[in-house]
Amino acid sequence: MYYRLEISVRQGETDPRGQHTVHQAKEFLHLPVDAIATRDVYSLFVECAPEQAQEILNAFTNPVIQSGVVGETKPAAGTNWVLSVGFRPGVTDNVARSARAAIADILGRPLRGDEEVYSSVEYLVRGAKLTGDDMKRLGGGLLANDLIQNTAVLAAAEVREKGMPQNRPVVTDHAPPEVRTICLEVPDAELERISREGTLALTLEEMKAIQGYFRSQKPARLAIGLPPDPTDLELEVLAQTWSEHCKHKIFAAKIEYTDTVTGKSQTIDNLFKSFIRRSTEEIGQRVNWLVSVFHDNAGVIRFNEKLHLVYKAETHNSPTALDPYGGAMTGIVGVNRDPMGTGKGANLLFNVWGYCFGSPFTAQEDVPEGLFHPRRLRDQVHKGVIDGGNQSGIPYMIGWEYFDPRYLGKPLVYCGTVGTLPIAICGEASEKKKILPGDLAVMCGGRIGKDGIHGATFSSEELHKDSPVQAVQIGDPITQKIMGDFLLEARDQGLYRFITDNGAGGLSSSFGEMSGLCGGCDVELANAPLKYAGLQPWEIFVSEAQERMSFAVQPEKIEAFLALAKRRNVEATVLGTFTNSGFLHATWQGKTIAKLSIPFLHDGAPQLKLKAKWTPPKFPEPVIPKDLDIGETVKKLLASLNVCSGEFKCRQYDHEVKGLSVIKPFVGVKNNIASDATVSMVEPLTTEGVILATGIAPRYSDIDTYHMMTSSIDMAVRRTIAVGGSLGHIAGLDNFCWPDPVQGPKTPDGEYKCAQLVRANQALYNLCNAYNVPCVSGKDSMKNDSTKGGRKISIPPTVLFSTIAKMQDIRKAVTLDAKRYGDLVYVIGMTRKELGGSEFYALLGATGNSVPTVRPDEALATYRKVSLATGQELCHSLHTPVFGGLGVGFAKVAMGGNLGLDVDVRLIPAEEGMTPAEVLFSESNSRFVATIAPENREKFERLLAGIPFACVGTVTLERRLALQNGPKKPLCSVHIGEATTAYTKTLDGI
Amino acid sequence: MNKKDVKALVITGFGLNCEKETAAAFRAAGATPETLHLNDLLDGQRKLGEFHMLAFIGGFSFGDHIGAGTVFANRIKYRMRTELEAFVRDGRLVVGICNGFQTITRLGLVPAVGGKLFEQQVALAQNEQGTFRDDWILLKANPASPCVFTKGIDLLPLPIRHGEGRFVPRDTALRKELEAQNLVCLRYADPETGEPADKFPHNPNGSVNSIAGICDPTGRIFGLMPHPEAYLSPFNHPQWTRQKLEGVLPEHGLGLQLFTNAVNFAAENL
Repeated sequence: MYYRLEISVRQGETDPRGQHTVHQAKEFLHLPVDAIATRDVYSLFVECAPEQAQEILNAFTNPVIQSGVVGETKPAAGTNWVLSVGFRPGVTDNVARSARAAIADILGRPLRGDEEVYSSVEYLVRGAKLTGDDMKRLGGGLLANDLIQNTAVLAAAEVREKGMPQNRPVVTDHAPPEVRTICLEVPDAELERISREGTLALTLEEMKAIQGYFRSQKPARLAIGLPPDPTDLELEVLAQTWSEHCKHKIFAAKIEYTDTVTGKSQTIDNLFKSFIRRSTEEIGQRVNWLVSVFHDNAGVIRFNEKLHLVYKAETHNSPTALDPYGGAMTGIVGVNRDPMGTGKGANLLFNVWGYCFGSPFTAQEDVPEGLFHPRRLRDQVHKGVIDGGNQSGIPYMIGWEYFDPRYLGKPLVYCGTVGTLPIAICGEASEKKKILPGDLAVMCGGRIGKDGIHGATFSSEELHKDSPVQAVQIGDPITQKIMGDFLLEARDQGLYRFITDNGAGGLSSSFGEMSGLCGGCDVELANAPLKYAGLQPWEIFVSEAQERMSFAVQPEKIEAFLALAKRRNVEATVLGTFTNSGFLHATWQGKTIAKLSIPFLHDGAPQLKLKAKWTPPKFPEPVIPKDLDIGETVKKLLASLNVCSGEFKCRQYDHEVKGLSVIKPFVGVKNNIASDATVSMVEPLTTEGVILATGIAPRYSDIDTYHMMTSSIDMAVRRTIAVGGSLGHIAGLDNFCWPDPVQGPKTPDGEYKCAQLVRANQALYNLCNAYNVPCVSGKDSMKNDSTKGGRKISIPPTVLFSTIAKMQDIRKAVTLDAKRYGDLVYVIGMTRKELGGSEFYALLGATGNSVPTVRPDEALATYRKVSLATGQELCHSLHTPVFGGLGVGFAKVAMGGNLGLDVDVRLIPAEEGMTPAEVLFSESNSRFVATIAPENREKFERLLAGIPFACVGTVTLERRLALQNGPKKPLCSVHIGEATTAYTKTLDGI
Repeated sequence: MNKKDVKALVITGFGLNCEKETAAAFRAAGATPETLHLNDLLDGQRKLGEFHMLAFIGGFSFGDHIGAGTVFANRIKYRMRTELEAFVRDGRLVVGICNGFQTITRLGLVPAVGGKLFEQQVALAQNEQGTFRDDWILLKANPASPCVFTKGIDLLPLPIRHGEGRFVPRDTALRKELEAQNLVCLRYADPETGEPADKFPHNPNGSVNSIAGICDPTGRIFGLMPHPEAYLSPFNHPQWTRQKLEGVLPEHGLGLQLFTNAVNFAAENL
């Protein structure tokens, strides 16, 4: 039976969704919309009586604020158009899934597979001047993403006459399962075509390696009835396993690196092993808290005698560029599965997010055809991560945005998750797991659909006009939450031996990797639970449908495992058995459709060979105007996109759930100044905690990625110190996002970009080692270029360096805001003429050359002493300046306290010959601004002896940032109210 | 009975997520908490009757789809109503926090004016500003309220984090009845004056008459949008570094008092 349930806002109640749509339609699309009323529609194709449909409607309708009807109400007089937004066939409809649960409760029986429920939203639009084309723009340009949603535009008159059409996006493409073979005995050009047209992202060399493998396997394959040519499934598995996304071929490449300054050349065999892993291994000799690094889904470090900490950050750039909401949501719920699948499975604790976008104020004509406007993209990305994070009940602790026009082509979306692992689970070390032959291969969570096919391979390419639309997945945080709750119960009862997540590459990736650990796997794909019929076997195996984990379950536990899953409403399916046959073996209804040698699958890809050539760029030096208005400059910097407050968006994220937050993302008397770092407890009502911090400085890459890297690491470390942390128990995560560094016709400057990559890695090795900050996990995304609209846009080389530190006593944490007037203001650390790549130079339209550098010995001495001071609770406030230098730093300290600061710039420890503007706006690393009680002056200065520092002024009651260059030589006097307005207004409400 | 014999049930599952801190709150208040998946009650493995108090916790049950609390409340109504009704008629305590508040209003456990249990009388609608919001707000308690949870409380800072928290009574008559019977136990307050706040951000969602929390006429069933379980530690407060400097850092987080009141009441009366 078909029933249409229609739920509207009750007469006299407000309709925030409608009002919001009107606002956006006017602001973004400039449409002459007068008013919009909205209603939710549920289309039921369910066997039930009309009274039962009415009962369902009553249960769905909130009688205080809504009214509902089974059937349809005609559009009210004055309505010109009706726009309906529903999902395309096969796309996950999370609302409908919940509706099914409620309907089953009401009917007292589960819904059958052939009973359908769909959700949609209808917009009843008023506006006499609106045309049908306007409505299509409203649909496609604002309310729906054509990739995943269907919009129907109907004239209100037509609806009054004929009624609304049924919303029934059923999947009708029921092609019978078929396994094709692909002949590789073809000319090279044909091999390349097969790769390109199949979105396999395999190079000719790789295709030839595969060709060679199948030649060598011919007799063995014929003997078991397999064709000599690879099946589609086999080729897809190889493409996925060997994709840049999964294999990190560029980091694993052999690179000829030439430095034209020194004239020296060297060969680097594998950047990851030579620099990142090597520094961690060396540090591992010196610290005793590394538990599990690099080989699992996330890094693990010790926290205390009961718990380990688990941390991982990912990027989700390519899917986000196509579907910002779905891509970003999958980014956050996807990275949640990394700690979930680390060791025996971690409890999730905190999220972090960070985005690089083009300016939300970019003129529409500057956005290449086919790309989202950065403002819409940003709105949708935030919404995706907010919904994913909030619905999972995981607070965010760090969130940031960075803007540069070069992120217009491909936005960067970083998502990370911290988790905890009990040190022992069922008496065994929690970070260790194994698979034994005979263990069952089990998949849990969501069902498999066509969503996310080719995600791993397409994200290993640039974004082009033919990028596959089905590569995008839609997240369902609630399904994942339910699965996550279940797996912790199963973990604590010892019901499985091994767990890992299904991310990029789906089952191909998870079972493929698990086979590598055990020695093989037999998998029967016909047993896989599908969202709808019609998937081909290869699609089932590489689909990136979300919310799934893969397990190895010991045979004696399978019954208990499946029973618990059933009681928790989690779908769990046995898909095969792990073996030690040496082969990944897949069948369809018992017939072999893939048999790949495990060593070839994991180690058969030929090593990439790259050339890198470093020639430092030279930029013109800007002339700083003689009459520069320092006060105005401070305000302009506070208002600039990379300094200003993002509080409006941030407050839409929950950062208090779990009740652990101590130093929050926003601090100060009015809780409105972005904190340097955040501090949290790990368990309720305890005093041990963690500090999360990040560093990112893409603009420094324009001058030298070596110093971009050291500055980013230093930024994260000194921010950790600034909230009361100390050296000794800090671990790092490196997330590299690069433009394509492979020289070729489309990338004529590949050798330079590759050299930039080498230098960043050299810097990481050197400084992590010096700081004793081991990288415990990381990720790279190497093809962040776009050619859409006929214009190539490449991102600047970008590294996010994230740190996690143990804090012994959270009660000693410090915030950046001035607390008391009369306190003394100190600047700690040396200011140098390092303005290259600074926000100040950017204001002047320049890059410059004197990029901030890090002097590890000086920095370490500073951090040790500053930690002593916070340990003795001497700092009433502590802040570390980043973009905008001390000028912005002083302002944040004063704005946070809603107090004034009187500072003599001449007293700031600085290199000889710097002008006041240079001292104030240099972005030299490793510096702090502290305020202390006057009575502690002597004690504080004794502690700091031996490093550059100076008392430069006082905290005042008069709410002004008063800067002078020696007695009676005022530089500026900025009212704190005005400074705060500058800081908060740029992105307020945006 | 002893406080540690007071058994508190925290129901979880289906996207709820505040079980750990809510259990910690009951424990810190002296009771013995237990967290159970809703299915363990629905399939009869465990009984509501084993407990003295029950918490409907915060989170996103069923993703807030079809309106926050709707699907979860529906499940309870269709599959556990008799047991819940007996629990309430026995005079045992119920608290609904955030998503739990939304759930118990949908169920009609609060305010149950006129003794009409399971009749929805008030709603928590989408925030006036249209977006989810996380912030710390100040609450003013009603000293005349029969609510057992808010006894002795005057001003209480707590975090809020919700997208659907705008309190709307069914009609004016009902609102007047709520106020006349002092069933409004918590209002959003202006930190400058301590008086009810009618404007954003102090009234963070546009709630009618600044209403943040209500109880039933017995005072034993209590629902509120803010999160007392997220202010158990004094170091949760956004201004704790300043409070420490000024020597006014409290010994416990102030949210704990609501739980302590309930546990004390249960120990003395149940």
